Amino acid sequence: MINVLHYAWLVPAFPLIGFLINGLLRNSLSKTITGIVGSGAILLSFLVSCWIFVQVKNGNSYTANYFDFIAVGKLSIPFAFQIDPLSSLFLLIITGVGFLIHLYSTAYMHHETAPHFARYFAYLNLFVFSMLLLVLGANYVIMFIGWEGVGLCSYLLIGYWFKNTEYNNAAKKAFVMNRIGDLGFLLAVFWMILQFGTTNFSEIFSKLPGGASAAVLTGITLCLFVGAMGKSAQIPLYTWLPDAMAGPTPVSALIHAATMVTAGVYMIARSNALYSLAPFTMNVVAIIGLATAILAATIALKQNDIKKILAYSTVSQLGFMFLALGVGAYSTGVFHVMTHAFFKALMFLGAGSVIHAMGGEQDIRKMGGLKSHMKITYLTFFVGCLAIAGFPPFSGFFSKDAILAATYEHNKIMYGIALFGAMLTAFYMFRLFFYTFFGKFRGTHEQEHHLHESPAAMTIPLIVLAILATVGGFVGIPEVFAEHGNSLAAFLSPVIPIGEGHGLSHNEEYMLMGIAIVAVAAAVWFAFIKTKNIKATPEEGLGKVLENKWYIDELYDAVVVKPTLWVGSFFNTVIEKSGIDKAVNGVGKMVQYSSRQLRLLQSGNVGNYILIMVLAIIAIIRLVFYLKY
Amino acid sequence: MLLSLLILIPLFTGVAAFFAGSQAKMLSLFGALATAAVMMYLLRLPGSSALLMYSKPWVGSMNANFSIALDGIGKITTLLTAIAFPLIFLSTWNNTYKDANQFYGLMMLTMAGLMGVFLATDALLFYFFWELALIPTYFLCSKWGGERRIAVSFKFFIYTFVGSLMMLIGIIYLYYKTPDQSFAWKSMTSALLTPKEQAFFFWFFFVAFAIKMPIFPFHTWQPDTYEQAPTATTMVLSGIMVKMGLFAVVRWLMPLFPEMSQSMASPVIVVCIIGMLYASLIAMRQDDIKRLVAYSSIAHIGLMCAALFTKNQLAYDGVMIQLFSHGINIIGMWMVVDLIEQQTGIRKMSQLGGLAQQAPTLSILLVVIALANIALPLTNAFVGEFLMFNGLFAFNPWYAAVAGISIILAAVYTLGMIQKVFYGQAVVGLKINDVKPVEAIALVAIVVMIIVFGVFPKPFFYLSGDTVNALMTVIKK
Repeated sequence: MINVLHYAWLVPAFPLIGFLINGLLRNSLSKTITGIVGSGAILLSFLVSCWIFVQVKNGNSYTANYFDFIAVGKLSIPFAFQIDPLSSLFLLIITGVGFLIHLYSTAYMHHETAPHFARYFAYLNLFVFSMLLLVLGANYVIMFIGWEGVGLCSYLLIGYWFKNTEYNNAAKKAFVMNRIGDLGFLLAVFWMILQFGTTNFSEIFSKLPGGASAAVLTGITLCLFVGAMGKSAQIPLYTWLPDAMAGPTPVSALIHAATMVTAGVYMIARSNALYSLAPFTMNVVAIIGLATAILAATIALKQNDIKKILAYSTVSQLGFMFLALGVGAYSTGVFHVMTHAFFKALMFLGAGSVIHAMGGEQDIRKMGGLKSHMKITYLTFFVGCLAIAGFPPFSGFFSKDAILAATYEHNKIMYGIALFGAMLTAFYMFRLFFYTFFGKFRGTHEQEHHLHESPAAMTIPLIVLAILATVGGFVGIPEVFAEHGNSLAAFLSPVIPIGEGHGLSHNEEYMLMGIAIVAVAAAVWFAFIKTKNIKATPEEGLGKVLENKWYIDELYDAVVVKPTLWVGSFFNTVIEKSGIDKAVNGVGKMVQYSSRQLRLLQSGNVGNYILIMVLAIIAIIRLVFYLKY
Repeated sequence: MLLSLLILIPLFTGVAAFFAGSQAKMLSLFGALATAAVMMYLLRLPGSSALLMYSKPWVGSMNANFSIALDGIGKITTLLTAIAFPLIFLSTWNNTYKDANQFYGLMMLTMAGLMGVFLATDALLFYFFWELALIPTYFLCSKWGGERRIAVSFKFFIYTFVGSLMMLIGIIYLYYKTPDQSFAWKSMTSALLTPKEQAFFFWFFFVAFAIKMPIFPFHTWQPDTYEQAPTATTMVLSGIMVKMGLFAVVRWLMPLFPEMSQSMASPVIVVCIIGMLYASLIAMRQDDIKRLVAYSSIAHIGLMCAALFTKNQLAYDGVMIQLFSHGINIIGMWMVVDLIEQQTGIRKMSQLGGLAQQAPTLSILLVVIALANIALPLTNAFVGEFLMFNGLFAFNPWYAAVAGISIILAAVYTLGMIQKVFYGQAVVGLKINDVKPVEAIALVAIVVMIIVFGVFPKPFFYLSGDTVNALMTVIKK
């Protein structure tokens, strides 16, 4: 199929053009035009992505080479795109969900002035462009370009309201933490260049197994995973994501829930050939994923900011995805990326709708009873909660069930912990839900008066996402329900080989599902009881620790940030000024002193020094030649 | 003969500028542009062209010739010089100087000296131009600098004086060891030295060049000088003149001492890496923007110097492109700093803030330049740093990992700078205009180069190919 190769570049080209138009003409475009350009660019990308999806449906894959990005010596890094089932699936998620969020933003950001409105859309388009590069890249370097590009856009959008110092700090923190991960990614790339002499996926994977020792593969995959920790907010590099909620809510939905933070999952799924040969790394991925899932979920239990809860939930859900990857269920991890993109984007946008109605209020303790004021938001949010908690037949049920089943097969203890994590998820999500939509309104009178359903540009994306969050799981129906039901795994099989047979009997699978449903139902029930009487009592003991996020930020500050700054100060004031400089000035003073003694110079006039120097040079040369001839 | 125009045009323009009165500024701009035009013509010639070499007897009794040639690394650095000077003049167009004719005359003399350094293939000629480039900058710093200019110029002088002297002694010594008693590059590189002499003079030359770059611990003249020199001079110093040191390592040090360059690689690289982290950590603690940029540059140069000793082709290619990129990027950085300082009189970041609201275009341009400073992909600096780190990794993975920390620190201090200067609430009473057309030309040109060469770096690999190949043969010896 020559066509795919000819037109694939259009997918990232539209957002790039949108970025340039909105960015360069931000002072002259009206908000309407900006909105149309910004959203339209993504819609066009989405249409092309759909077409590409059809082309690769049969498992075809293409590599489109455009030009040599870096070609020196034996190393050749082409600017090339990889078009196959895995990347096409991500294209659909990015442009599809991306378009809905752009549409939503036209209403959500409407109170901004036209130039800032255009700046917002320019950043958002640039983000989509970078994200598309990330998933389209046919080698690790192009992927890295997108990888850092999305980090930049995330930085720009978190700090979108740049007058606020706290937001700027959050933006900087996100970028720096991502950079720590990026260093890991880079080291992995260097290592691969050293080991394989290339960064192209196809060439590297074709050299496996046998192209590298197990130790080298373990090292490479661990370094890559460090990159994933940063981008996908895993322990220990997760603390930026909750702070990133400083950005506008649609940004949180797009970047910090549906797309960018799943880049780490994409990268590992893409590199499954490497990871499968590195069992040690796989264990690390699974353990870090599981630990993150639980840690973030516990923190979410005691948060009261609607966006913070969703943020910790995202961290936790990403943890589940890494758990899936770590136990070798790559396509299940990708499956959860997809369903999570639907229901988490839905909930963030729903939260945005709530915040919009509440006039900027984000504290769920000051909400309540919103279901009667905003029906669509309420119902769609409910769908989101059902999906994330994992009630059948909502999408999260299928993907989470697949993760739990794969974990059960791998290790029973990990399964038990993961199940506990699923219960925590159901609890904090429904706690949020009941706090927000049920009971009596706890805000001010003005706020209550102001309550209203959001405009159509905001509710339409909610409805579409709610539908997707409901039916999205049907692409991955487990074998017990239908033979060949897992069409997603089949679709991805050219990139992610399907593992050999399932070790679980049908009875075991039914049992696991039953346990999961009962467990989350119990958690929801518990949440319902706990939120019946909402009292504002300060947290104590473990509750306080959880409310303060296990004091991890404080720990990092004390262990990493402060010592680094101290060393910087020490170098600056002690070594630099009193150490090296003193020595140099000593030499200088000596010259000055001796020169004064010689009465050749009356002052430290530089001109005189130069004169002397030139004379001295001539003298030396003269002397040399005198001696010679 | 055409080749010598690269030196002669700036030289004569410089001399003429002294007598041009108020026209000196215009004259210098034209001189710089004319040099750039010649440069563009030369770059289009095939590598074998006879026009790319020129030689005439100079000091016949000493067998020293006026020999110049344009090749690989020279193309990169002369191109940088030719492009940078017009941009520097444009971006500081609205600045006024006392005795402007002298100021511009000295600037053009510096340009002539720089061109000579990058073209000379005769060691004595090289030394001559080295001094020709340096001496005007002493005057520029000591006459037009900030309030501490005398003390600072003195320190700068001491450092470079020591460096120059060491180099001169080395050159003369080697001259006597050449088979045919000549200063020509060919003869110098075949000088017969005992291992002891090699070890001794390797360090002699290395320190001379290290001071110029500068790398830790020979760097303390640099932040002071960058801070105190007039910004146009700082741009020349930091953008182009520091390349003299790196250039000299490639053109002279490595071919002169091929064995030492390899056996001493580890200690040199370790010192460079220490310097990278040291300078990055200090950069984080600066309040003065100029000093922040200065320390940031020490870190970047440290990487380039380390890369030169990795015996790795990718690293060499990275250095070549980075020679140009670093020059362009840091000049862009100074342009923004200068615009802020000229208008507000403030360089302390703690006293600035919220400028993005008053000068949105300026802040966008700064953000792009800052992103290049942290080597974000699709900026020109990424290509160079990526390749250099590759070489470092191949040399020793742990070195690359440790040096890589500077990538993280660079993000900390660069983004911190953007935040403190441009974001946040506007400081009451602080007024700044957005960029004016003349300044915009220079800044936009830089931003365009940052992105174009970040996406399409190929021309640089093409230009510098023969130098990289030559280095590869040197280390294979």
